[in-house]
Amino acid sequence: MNAYNFAYLDEQTKRMIRRAILKGVAVPGYQVPFASREMPMPYGWGTGGVQVTAACLTPEDTLKVIDQGADDTTNAVSIRKFFEKTAGVAVTEKTGEATIIQTRHRIPEQTLTEDQILVYQVPIPEPLRFLEPSEVETRKMHALEDYGLMHVKLYEDIARHGEIATAYAYPVKVEGRYVMDPSPIPKFDNPKLESAALQLFGAGREQRIYAVPPYTKVVSLDFDDYPFDPSKPAHPCALCGAEDSYLDEVITDDAGSRMFVCSDTDYCAGRRGDGA
Amino acid sequence: MTPLLNVQGLTKRYGGRIGCADVSFQLYPGEVLGIVGESGSGKSTLLNCLAGHLAPDAGEVIFDTRSDGPRDVLTMSEPERRMLGRTDWAFVHQNPRDGLRMRISAGGNVGERLMAVGAHHYGAIREKATDWLGRVEISAARIDDRPSAFSGGMQQRLQIARNLVTGPRLVFMDEPTGGLDVSVQARLLDLIRGLVRRMGLSAIVVTHDLAVVRLLADRLMVMKDGHVIETGLTDQVLDDPQAPYTQLLVSSVLQV
Repeated sequence: MNAYNFAYLDEQTKRMIRRAILKGVAVPGYQVPFASREMPMPYGWGTGGVQVTAACLTPEDTLKVIDQGADDTTNAVSIRKFFEKTAGVAVTEKTGEATIIQTRHRIPEQTLTEDQILVYQVPIPEPLRFLEPSEVETRKMHALEDYGLMHVKLYEDIARHGEIATAYAYPVKVEGRYVMDPSPIPKFDNPKLESAALQLFGAGREQRIYAVPPYTKVVSLDFDDYPFDPSKPAHPCALCGAEDSYLDEVITDDAGSRMFVCSDTDYCAGRRGDGA
Repeated sequence: MTPLLNVQGLTKRYGGRIGCADVSFQLYPGEVLGIVGESGSGKSTLLNCLAGHLAPDAGEVIFDTRSDGPRDVLTMSEPERRMLGRTDWAFVHQNPRDGLRMRISAGGNVGERLMAVGAHHYGAIREKATDWLGRVEISAARIDDRPSAFSGGMQQRLQIARNLVTGPRLVFMDEPTGGLDVSVQARLLDLIRGLVRRMGLSAIVVTHDLAVVRLLADRLMVMKDGHVIETGLTDQVLDDPQAPYTQLLVSSVLQV
């Protein structure tokens, strides 16, 4: 594939993105604006994540792509094929073998290591967006650490539902400073945001990059009398029997039968392979 | 006694036009100052300059802060001014829609200022919100209703509760009874008067309604074309107006 530069983007663009990534790593949780490029896929399909991945890839890397935990769904397959074609890097479905993992809406169950980079696709990077429509105002609120409004949202949840009903994109405070949207991962994954791996977040349409460096403190917001609860369905996985993984509910017929299976396909397949 | 608010030579221009010019006054703790004048006389400009919503071109606004004593608000950093804006100061808008979050329940509206200054105990916040709804005569059963389901008078009372919940020392009010019918106005005024007296608040009330200042204000400032043309005790100014414009203003009120 000589028609493309390595990993699709030209070197100047990669430089620009890497600068944004470095700034993001230096100021954990801060949304760094960057000049997002048109990518050969629609907005909402992970253009931000793809650009961050492209800027991080080296020819020696092994890439894994996850879509809602699965390696075999449309979004994951197409992005994996894209980089196979434009970068010629090795790809894998095994979490442990990957050096760069691009993910949509999940963090792998297997604990990540210092040698790995986790790249998130982010639709709306601004955690305050649905509370305060003005970008000018939200930037000011971040600058002044004016986060009372975030708790108003959680208050409303409890007042209306009797508990904090936010189940995904649950807001976190990074290193005691910035409130951050962890992308729409289930709140079950929030504790895993404190990780040994470098975590990068790319929002293509919104033109923002932010980062959580390894071992950064990430606290899920809550109330003293309504503490954060990383809940999941109270079932074991129907395929591998795992009790500790996040589950998808799958409807199996028109009569209402359903089964709960691991959302992380690699984790589930690995456990079944081990004869667990 | 140090004045709570000491304003010196405050001037705001809109290009060549004058918003308000060379306004100076002192406000002492527990005092209510009324600012009256016709539309376009600069009273709202003045209020917005004082509250930090507009940047004046010249002058000083010295506020007696709890921690550091008298300080010029205009030279404070933005975080300090915001902190002041949600602890010691309160701003009651004429239109409750400007001062409330219409998509958030009454309890959330009252609790916002508490959460902004670090309250993170749901039960405690809710208890305080319930207490304040009671004080402004809103039934506790409506704590989870949105303000859009409230009448105009209730919205205005809710806005007052939301502002007073952190126990501010200085309240700015911009036509607090504007747009309400007279019987609701009367009850609201009664409520405000009660709260101001009981909490020992200082307040600056901007209005064109002389009845409002007669009831609420200790002192009165009359503005015309951006200038203060007369000041004095409320009863003195209203019963014995000196400036020709004030005489016109007082005599314009219909007697029923």
